[in-house]
Amino acid sequence: MQAFVLLKLSPDTVDELTVAADGKSLETEALRFKLGDSDEHALEQALLLKEKYGGTVTAVALEALEVDDVLFTALAKGADRAVKLSGEFTGSQSHAAAGAMGSFLQSGDAALPADALILLRSQAIDDLDGEIGPFLADLLGVPYVGGVTGVAVAGEGLLVTKEFAGGLRGEFTLPLPAVLGIQSAEKPPRYVPIAKVRAAMKSGRMETAEIPLPATPASFTVERMYKPQAAGRAEMLEGAPEIVADRLVAVLAKNNLI
Amino acid sequence: MSGGILILVEHLKGELSQISYEMLGIGRKLAEASRAPLYAALLGSDVTALANRLGAADKVLLVEDSRLTMPPAGTVASLLKVLIEQQQVSLVLVGGTNITMGVGSMLSVRAHLPFVNFCREVRLENGAVVLTSQLFGGKIFSDVRLPDGRGIVSVYPGAFPADHDRSERASAVENVPVPIETSSVVFKRFIEPEVGDVDITKQNVLVAVGRGIQNEDNLALAEDLAAALGGVICASRPIIDQGWVPLSRQVGKSGMIVKPKLYLALGISGAPEHVEGMQGSQSIIAINTDAQAPIFDVAHYGVCGDLLEIVPVLTEKIKARKG
Repeated sequence: MQAFVLLKLSPDTVDELTVAADGKSLETEALRFKLGDSDEHALEQALLLKEKYGGTVTAVALEALEVDDVLFTALAKGADRAVKLSGEFTGSQSHAAAGAMGSFLQSGDAALPADALILLRSQAIDDLDGEIGPFLADLLGVPYVGGVTGVAVAGEGLLVTKEFAGGLRGEFTLPLPAVLGIQSAEKPPRYVPIAKVRAAMKSGRMETAEIPLPATPASFTVERMYKPQAAGRAEMLEGAPEIVADRLVAVLAKNNLI
Repeated sequence: MSGGILILVEHLKGELSQISYEMLGIGRKLAEASRAPLYAALLGSDVTALANRLGAADKVLLVEDSRLTMPPAGTVASLLKVLIEQQQVSLVLVGGTNITMGVGSMLSVRAHLPFVNFCREVRLENGAVVLTSQLFGGKIFSDVRLPDGRGIVSVYPGAFPADHDRSERASAVENVPVPIETSSVVFKRFIEPEVGDVDITKQNVLVAVGRGIQNEDNLALAEDLAAALGGVICASRPIIDQGWVPLSRQVGKSGMIVKPKLYLALGISGAPEHVEGMQGSQSIIAINTDAQAPIFDVAHYGVCGDLLEIVPVLTEKIKARKG
């Protein structure tokens, strides 16, 4: 099985997000980008599949600030190849990401390998125009399942576990090639020491593929971006831990909770 | 908006999902304002009985077929494409849930319509459809205008009231003959939720831990606090994914919906997926280092501070008070 993991960085929400002067986008100067949790899990699931069934893992990422670190980390974790899709992708949406990945997988006359499995995040915090996975699957003409929390090889195809709600999950079978939106891998994403990432950097094994910016279909117009005005807001308790704890105890007592 | 409004009815194991009523509520409001018909698309196997509970719609479009047991997103998208062409639908509402995930994106490709995700408000402004979506874990809102009022909208669960649209009046039901494509994605079976040592939906006091707990060793702080309060611990997704707390204790979109008397959120930012599972709690107290964390928008009381410093002191004071 040839696993391809599509990685797309998203703004780190631990930092303060600021709306740009146009009022319709985020101020990119101050943004730091990072992989979302389900991107990390997609990579981990691919590595787990390789360990269990053999094959290769290719990590593919759209060019963005900090993307080199992400790809070198993927190599350090055990990916066989790391490919940066070079192009003006900053701020691009899911349609464009799917188009770029589609171009990479079917570049020129090369057809999608019959044993290709494309894993990527199920859904991310900036997927305003939709998840990438379904777009990519339709583009490639292959089956898709999202919300996946488990993958096993079954015969010529796959047996995947998808989560619904309230802890209820379902099992589906599907053939390869396929696209899976990973919600979480079967194990937590592995830790890799920084020394290994540095070694991957020195190896210089990262490849770059020039991808023309894909045409995106007519879409909606973003009129405004803004910070939400909360309907309700917590009563904030302030002070040193001792004082805050006393106030919390008073709140609990007032509400008959202790 | 020139055409009709269609909602994709969501159901699971023979029960209508709450999101179906929420979408009926929005759809009814838009239908009244634009004088457009409201359709409810009910797709599945053995679902006819559910059609009687969709009275808020003007018409239920029923596609019943044994091959539609937990159909994959691609199959549902293909069916909806036929329905929206047949009925001249402008606006499609689908649930922003794991069950429906993927349908909106695929339908937008196949029907050449824009798709807007994470929507928590839909309104008409001078005849144009304007949507408000929440992005970046609820930290930023985005207002979006659909060209010609046509598009597909994923509705965020819990953002709209649902109760008044649990109409029991019978709606006109039309059996729609639609060709069903055979999918290579085949549903095999359900896996029932793991039975945990405790049922967190039945607890009066929950101490919930999130990423801010930092490492597994610190869980003991939360356990001690829960014990002092006579409750148990639960967790948000990142902690469950780390394997620190069992899956049966996950709160949120794909975990449990809980409504305890006290929900004490430790180091939880309050991403919409988590809030969906706990916003009905009677008293919510949040401790988080990020003053901008959305959890403070749903909490009744908040502390901006380090839980690792505050929790041990709080636990001791509660123990002392209880004697």
